[in-house]
Amino acid sequence: MLAFAVSVPARRNLESVMKVFHLALAFLSLAPMAMADTPVLNVLTYDSFAADWGPGPAIAKGFEAECACKVNYITAGDGAAVLSRLKMEGKGSDADVVLGLDTTLTEAARATGLFAPLAAIAPNDLPVPYTDANFEPFDWGWFAFVYDKTKLSNPPKSFKELAASNLKVVIEDPRSSTPGLGLVMWVKAAYGDQSGQVWKDFAHNILTVTPSWDAAYGLFLKGEADMVLSYTTSPAYHLIAEKDDTKAAAPFSEGHYMQVEVAGKLASSKNQALADQFLAYLAGDAAQAVIPTTNWMYPAKTPAAGLPAGFETLIKPMKSLLYSPAEAEAARQAAVEEWQTALSR
Amino acid sequence: MADRPVQVSALALSGLIMTLVLGTALALFAQAKGLSLRPADWSAIRFTVLQALLSTGFSCLLAIPVARALIRRRFPGRAALIVLMGAPFLLPVIVAVLGLLSLYGRNGVLNLALQAVGLPAVSVYGLKGVVLAHVFFNLPLATRMLLNGWQAIPAERFRLAQTLGLPSPFRHVEWPMLRAVLPGAALAIFLVCLTSFVVALTLGGGPRATTLELAIYQALRFDFDPGRAALLAAVQFALCILAVALAARVTLPMGLGAGQDRALAVPAPRGWRRLADALVIGLAALFLMLPLAFILIDGLPGLARLGPTVWQAALRSVWMAAISASLAVSAALMLTLAAATGARRLIEVAAMLPMATSGLVLGTGLFLLLRGFARPEALALPVTIGVNALMALPFLFRLLLPEVRILQADYDRLAQAVGLKGWARLRWLTLPRLARPLGLGAGLAAALAMGDLGVIALFAGDGQATLPLMVQRLAGAYRMEEASAAALLLVGLSFALFALCDLGGRRAAP
Amino acid sequence: MLHLDHVTLEQGSFRLTANWAIEKGTRLALLGGSGAGKSSLLMALAGFLPLQSGRILWAGQDISGLEPAARPVSILFQDQNLFPHLTLVQNLGLALNPRLRLTDVDRSRIEAVLDRLGLSGLGPRKPADLSGGQQGRAALGRVLLQSREVLLLDEPFAALGPALKTDLLALVAELASASGTTVVMVTHDPADARRFADQVVLVHDGLTEPPAATAALFADPPEALRAYLGS
Repeated sequence: MLAFAVSVPARRNLESVMKVFHLALAFLSLAPMAMADTPVLNVLTYDSFAADWGPGPAIAKGFEAECACKVNYITAGDGAAVLSRLKMEGKGSDADVVLGLDTTLTEAARATGLFAPLAAIAPNDLPVPYTDANFEPFDWGWFAFVYDKTKLSNPPKSFKELAASNLKVVIEDPRSSTPGLGLVMWVKAAYGDQSGQVWKDFAHNILTVTPSWDAAYGLFLKGEADMVLSYTTSPAYHLIAEKDDTKAAAPFSEGHYMQVEVAGKLASSKNQALADQFLAYLAGDAAQAVIPTTNWMYPAKTPAAGLPAGFETLIKPMKSLLYSPAEAEAARQAAVEEWQTALSR
Repeated sequence: MADRPVQVSALALSGLIMTLVLGTALALFAQAKGLSLRPADWSAIRFTVLQALLSTGFSCLLAIPVARALIRRRFPGRAALIVLMGAPFLLPVIVAVLGLLSLYGRNGVLNLALQAVGLPAVSVYGLKGVVLAHVFFNLPLATRMLLNGWQAIPAERFRLAQTLGLPSPFRHVEWPMLRAVLPGAALAIFLVCLTSFVVALTLGGGPRATTLELAIYQALRFDFDPGRAALLAAVQFALCILAVALAARVTLPMGLGAGQDRALAVPAPRGWRRLADALVIGLAALFLMLPLAFILIDGLPGLARLGPTVWQAALRSVWMAAISASLAVSAALMLTLAAATGARRLIEVAAMLPMATSGLVLGTGLFLLLRGFARPEALALPVTIGVNALMALPFLFRLLLPEVRILQADYDRLAQAVGLKGWARLRWLTLPRLARPLGLGAGLAAALAMGDLGVIALFAGDGQATLPLMVQRLAGAYRMEEASAAALLLVGLSFALFALCDLGGRRAAP
Repeated sequence: MLHLDHVTLEQGSFRLTANWAIEKGTRLALLGGSGAGKSSLLMALAGFLPLQSGRILWAGQDISGLEPAARPVSILFQDQNLFPHLTLVQNLGLALNPRLRLTDVDRSRIEAVLDRLGLSGLGPRKPADLSGGQQGRAALGRVLLQSREVLLLDEPFAALGPALKTDLLALVAELASASGTTVVMVTHDPADARRFADQVVLVHDGLTEPPAATAALFADPPEALRAYLGS
C-alpha cells in the first residue's frame, strides 16, 4: 500500500473529516427510519415498473388502501439488475418482495436460497401450464418481431423466411438484456440442435445489436431497421396510447417464446404476512387490471372486465414456447456462446 | 515549489483515489470463484484496443487543422462556434448515437441523398461506425485542448518566427506546442474510447464489437461473477497504465517561455490557405452540428408534455452536477499543482486511474463496501456526486497539467521572490492565470456529471432519479417522444452549465 | 557584509566555487561569459538554487537555509519581473503585502514610487500596455518597495537596448547609494561593469576570483580578464 508521511496537523484534519463523514453516514441511514410507525413493505423491482407511468403507483395505492401500510419501491435497471442487486445484498437485503424477474432468471434466483415458498398459489391464465413454489407470475408476453405495416406489406412468417429475405432487424444483446436472452432461448426452443445454423443463416439480417430494449426499439422507430425484437403486445401501446395502428407483430410458424415475469417473497423479510398479502393482491383482479396498459404485457390472470379494447387486434401465436426455469438455466450459457460464435463471423 | 500543505493534501487525495478505485475492484475480487480469461475476452481486448487507437488517431489528427484554422481566423459567430463545439462531448451516448443515425443511418439524410441520385447506400454499422461516433464525441475535446495550447503560445514567439522570415511558424513554434499538448489529449481520448460500451455495441453491428466494458457488464449482470468483472477491470487498468506511461514518454515540455498576455497574433496566411481554413471550419461545424440539429428536431415536439417528475429530476441533476464539478475542479487543481513539482508519477497515476476503471465496477464495489453502513438509497446522491467528480478528474487533470507547468515555469520564481504563497498565491496568481482552463474544466465536469448514468442506476431509490435515468425510464416505456424531449432538455441543461462555466472562465482570464 | 563561505554549487557536470566577501553598500558586478555560472551564483544568493556545500552569510547570519522571500534580498530577473494579469499598483503592492490587502498608506507609498520613477498615473495599467522602459522602471519600483538590504540583478534591462539600459542602471546606482543598498549584478558586458560597479568578481572555469576594485582591475587586467576581453 501507499506509505507517506502525514504531518500532525494534516492527520488532525483527516480525523475531523472522517468524523464528519461518519456523522453524515449515520444521519443518512437514520433518515428513512423516521417514519417507522406504519409498517413499510419494501418491494425490489425494475425501474419501469415503479415509474409514474408504470403499474407500480396504482398497485401501491390500491394495496395501501387495504393493508394500512406503506409500499416502498426500491428500483434497479431491469430484471437482471434486480437479481444482481439481490445477490449483492444477500441476506442483508431490505426488500420484502422481489418483483420483475423473468423465467430465464428465476432458477438463478432460486439458487441463492433467499426466497421463501409462496403462501398460496394463485390461479393463472398463462397459455402454457405454469406453477412454481417460489415465484408467482404477474404478467407475461410473447416475444415477436415488430414491423411497420406501411413499410412492410409482406412480413416473413418464420425465422427461415426472415433469413431468406434481405430485411434488416435490430435485436438486443443476450448478455445485457432480457429480451435479447429471450430471443436466444426462442431460437434454441424452436430449433434445438439446429439453432447454431439458424443463427448463421440469420446473421446477415442483423443490422445491429443493442445493449437494451429501449435502444433497439428507438432505432426501429427511427426507421433504421425493418423489424425489431419486441413483444406481440408492443403494437397495443401505439394503438391505445398513440392512436397509431401502423405497427404490428409478425406471427412466426415456429411458435413464439414467452417471457413470464414473476414475484417472490424473501425469507429474510420481517414482514412475511404483509408480503403474502401483497402477493395475493398482485394476483388479484384490481392489480391485474392495471397491468395491460401500464406494463404493456398480458396480465397473468385475465381481469373480470377482460382486456382493454385494442388488445383484440394483437396476433395470437398458435404455439407458445417456454423452457422451465431449470431448462432455461441449463441452456443459457451454451446458447449465448453459440449466438456469439455465429454472429462473430 | 508548491506549498507543503498542497503537497501533503495532494498525496492524501491521491491515496484516497487509489484506495477508492482499487478498493472497489478488490471488493469484487473478494467474491471471485476462480479466474481465467476466455477466448472471447481476448478478442474483446483486441477489439477494444483497435477501436480506441483508430478513434484516438482520427480525433487528434483532424483536430490539428480544425484548431489551427479556428485560432488564426476571425469571423462572426466564431466564439459561439467554439463553445458549441463542446456540445458533442457532453451528449448522453445513446442520444448522440440516435442523432448520428439521423444523418448516417440506413434511413438517414446521407443515404436518402445517395438514393436520390442513384448511388448505392452506405452502412454505418461496424468498426467504421464506432470510430465515426467516437470521433464525433472526441474531436471537439481534442480541438479544445489544442486551442488552449495555441492560446498558451506567447505572441512574441510568432513575431519572432515572422521576423526570422520562416516560411511557416509550424516547425519551430507550433510543433513544440503540439508535442507538449497532443500526447495528453490523445491519452484522454484513448482512455475514453477504451471504456466505451454503448457506442461500440449499438453501432458495432454485433458481438464482434464487444469491448471490455461490455464484458464487465455481462459478468456483473447475468453471470453475477464479480471476480471475473474485477479481472476484466484489471486488464483495463493495465491498458490504462500502459497508455499513461507511453504518453508521459513522448510528451516534451513546451519550453516556449512566457509572454506578456498581448492579444494573440497567430499569422493568418492569405490566398488558398484562407479558403482551406474556411473549408475545414465549415466541414467540422457541419460534422459536429448536424446531429445536434436532429436531436433538437426530435426532442422539441415532446417538450411540452414532460411531467413534473422530469422537471424535478432535471433540477436534481443540475445541483448534483454543480457540486460534482466544484469537487472535481478543486481536486484537479490541487493534484496538478502538486504534480507540477512534487511526486509527479504517483499523483499522475492516481489522477488518471478513474478513467480506466469501469463505472460499473466502481459502483458495484462501492455498493458492496457501503451496504453495511447505510441503505443504498440514503447514499445514492452523495455517492453519485462523489463518483462523478472522480470520473471527471482525469479530464481536468490532463487539461490543467500543461497549463500549471507553464505557470510554474514562468512565474514560480517571481512569486517566490515577492513571497507570494498559500491562499494569496492561489488568489492573485494561480486562479487568475488558470481561469480559462479552470472554467473549461468546470464546465466539462458539470456536463459529464449531468449526463452520467452509471452509478445512480445502481443506488437510486424511488424519487431520486436524475435526468439521464429519467430519459432511460421513458424510453424503456415506449415513450420515445418524451424520452427525446427529456434528452433534449438534458442536452440543453448540460450545455448551459458547460457554457456558463466556460464563458465565465474566459471572461475572468487576463 | 555579504560573505560566501566556501560555497560550492553543482548542476549536473557543472561546478562552481566561491569563497569571498564584500562590504555592505558595495555595488558588485559578476562578470563572465555565457555559461560561466554567474547566473547560477546569483540564483543561489536569491535562494532558488541550494548550495552543495558552504554557507552564505549576511551581517554574520547564515541565510543559506532561508526561503527566497525570507532572505534580505530582492531580485530583478532578465524577464518576467511583473505579473501580466495584475495592474502596476497590484504588482508593486505585492512587495508590501502579498495578500494585496493594501492600506491607504501602502497606496500612497506605491504612488510615490511610481512618481519617482516617472510612471505617474500609470498605476491602473497592466504591463502589456507599457513600453519596455516603463516596464523596467515598474520592476525597479517593486524591488524599491521591498526595500531589502541586498539587490540582485540578473542581466536586467538587457532587452531594452543600450541607451535605455544605461539610463536604468544609472537610476539603480543612484537609488542604491541613497539607501545604502548592496547590489550584486550579473553581466557579460564589461562596459556595464565599468559604469556601474565598485568591485568586480570574474567568473570563469568554475571559479570565482576574489572581488577587485573595478578601476584597478580594468587598468591592469589579469590573464583571465584579458582572455575574456579578447584583447
